[in-house]
Amino acid sequence: MTELRVSNLSVRVDDKALVDAASFRLKPGDLTVLLGPNGAGKTSLLRAALGLQKTQAGSSDLDGAPVTGLSPTERARRVAYLPQIRPLAWPNRVNDIVALGRFSHGAAIGKLAGEDAAAVDRALTACDLKYLADRAADTLSGGELARMHCARALAAEAPLLIADEPTAALDPRHQFRILDLIKSYVEQGGGALKDLHDIELAARYATRLIWMKAGRILAEGRVSDTLTEERLAEVYEIDAQVQGTQIFMKGAL
Amino acid sequence: MIERALTPTLFLLCLIALFLACLLGSTPLPADRVLAALFGGAAASDRLVVWSIRLPRALAAFLVGATLGISGAALQGLLRNPLAEPGVLGVSASSSLFATFSLYYGLIAFSPWVLPIFAILGALAATALLALAAIRTQSVVTLILIGVGISSFAAALMSLMMNLAPNPFSLTEMVNWMLGSVANRSFVEIGFVAPFMIAGTAILLLTRRGLSALTLGEEAASGVGLNLRNQRIFTVVGAGLATGASVALAGAIGFVGIVAPHVIRPFVNHDPARSLVPSALLGGLLLMLADIFVRIIPSQTELKLGVVAALIGAPAFVWIAMQRRVAYD
Repeated sequence: MTELRVSNLSVRVDDKALVDAASFRLKPGDLTVLLGPNGAGKTSLLRAALGLQKTQAGSSDLDGAPVTGLSPTERARRVAYLPQIRPLAWPNRVNDIVALGRFSHGAAIGKLAGEDAAAVDRALTACDLKYLADRAADTLSGGELARMHCARALAAEAPLLIADEPTAALDPRHQFRILDLIKSYVEQGGGALKDLHDIELAARYATRLIWMKAGRILAEGRVSDTLTEERLAEVYEIDAQVQGTQIFMKGAL
Repeated sequence: MIERALTPTLFLLCLIALFLACLLGSTPLPADRVLAALFGGAAASDRLVVWSIRLPRALAAFLVGATLGISGAALQGLLRNPLAEPGVLGVSASSSLFATFSLYYGLIAFSPWVLPIFAILGALAATALLALAAIRTQSVVTLILIGVGISSFAAALMSLMMNLAPNPFSLTEMVNWMLGSVANRSFVEIGFVAPFMIAGTAILLLTRRGLSALTLGEEAASGVGLNLRNQRIFTVVGAGLATGASVALAGAIGFVGIVAPHVIRPFVNHDPARSLVPSALLGGLLLMLADIFVRIIPSQTELKLGVVAALIGAPAFVWIAMQRRVAYD
């Protein structure tokens, strides 16, 4: 079973600590959501955990081996990474973009065969993209684009998935659709870590929450244990009422 | 369907253009005499015209166009911009500056390899500088401005050398390098640059899969398992070798590397990896046709191939730039 174990990870840029001694674990079956205000260091932590960001202290291990020692291909086969969505350089076909998820398996887009073609097909079906497969990506709506990138990450069929704000700039319906996709990926044996801005959605979907502020992890654990009014006040500086996983926000503190 | 037929069709058109180049010229040869000469028959004078003048010249035009086409396609994939091209980015200018330097100081007397090696060093210096800049900035406008800077600097140094030129002969020689021409090239000269062209092309083809991944942007490309650093090095070295070798053979010829990939891209679903081979063939075809044009139009002094390429390519560059939607910059 693939496990990502991050311990005491620190990222500093010009003496400013973006991530300060962060530790957490991610394994299949987890749907962990990273919560924190803007500038808390969420993206830096995700990148550092993947070995894409230089770290000053601590370690990030995949199955006991340092992630920085793995080749990009080996890492990508075990952890799929969905960064914040950027515009594509070219108006490629949806099918070809999803096929890039198989890059680490040696697939060349345009000539998919065997297991690669099957995995791309499964991802397209799961994300309800079959009918768009031959469309140029620059003709898609925001929700369709988000699903396309999600399908690309799922096509890798890696045991773990790390996503950076996968629902940013989506309307509520599309946010639910993306989170449903990630949820069913976890139910099928994957482990997912993502950062979200919507606390209510996080509370509803996550099995675990990581609370982050100013580069430090303040709390980590099950939703029912860590979602409290005091914590919302501390992390987000908001006045809110919590009933179970329901949150009523009143305003800024 | 169209995609599958694309490469064979272009290949066939290249063969036809090569044959046309042997037929046409100041003294047109009929097809049967060209065929006879190609396959060892015909009069000695016909064989001389075909084998020593027209065939090597056409082949040189093809090789130069093909290497520029593939370099352009690869650099566009790496920098994720349809305006990237050895000419625009200053790679050709830097390469021809180094080549001229080796000529001007008589370094080529030491060995026939000096010229291609200097041209390649010039090309690599410029591509490496661009790749370094590409790490620091995401803005492609910045990169192209850096390319403009490299071009201008190379042109200024070239003018300086012209001012210092001891005789008019070296002046015309330098003009040749700046404008580009494949007149009077022989198989011997082709032989000295061919190894570098083959090496550069091979590197670009072997690492082309990564160019597809870069469509996603660098962050997501490393996410799917691309080794970004290696990809940059391979593309820069491959394009540097190929462009440098083409400059060593023909001088600086611009815009082929923009026009060819631009035409090809829609036929290969905009996949940079799949655009390499067809772009090379189309680049070769375009330059062969341009060279035939240069040879058959009646004029006192022959037009330079590079001038014709720029006359067609520069407006195309402006057109492509104006069509571009603002996404990144």
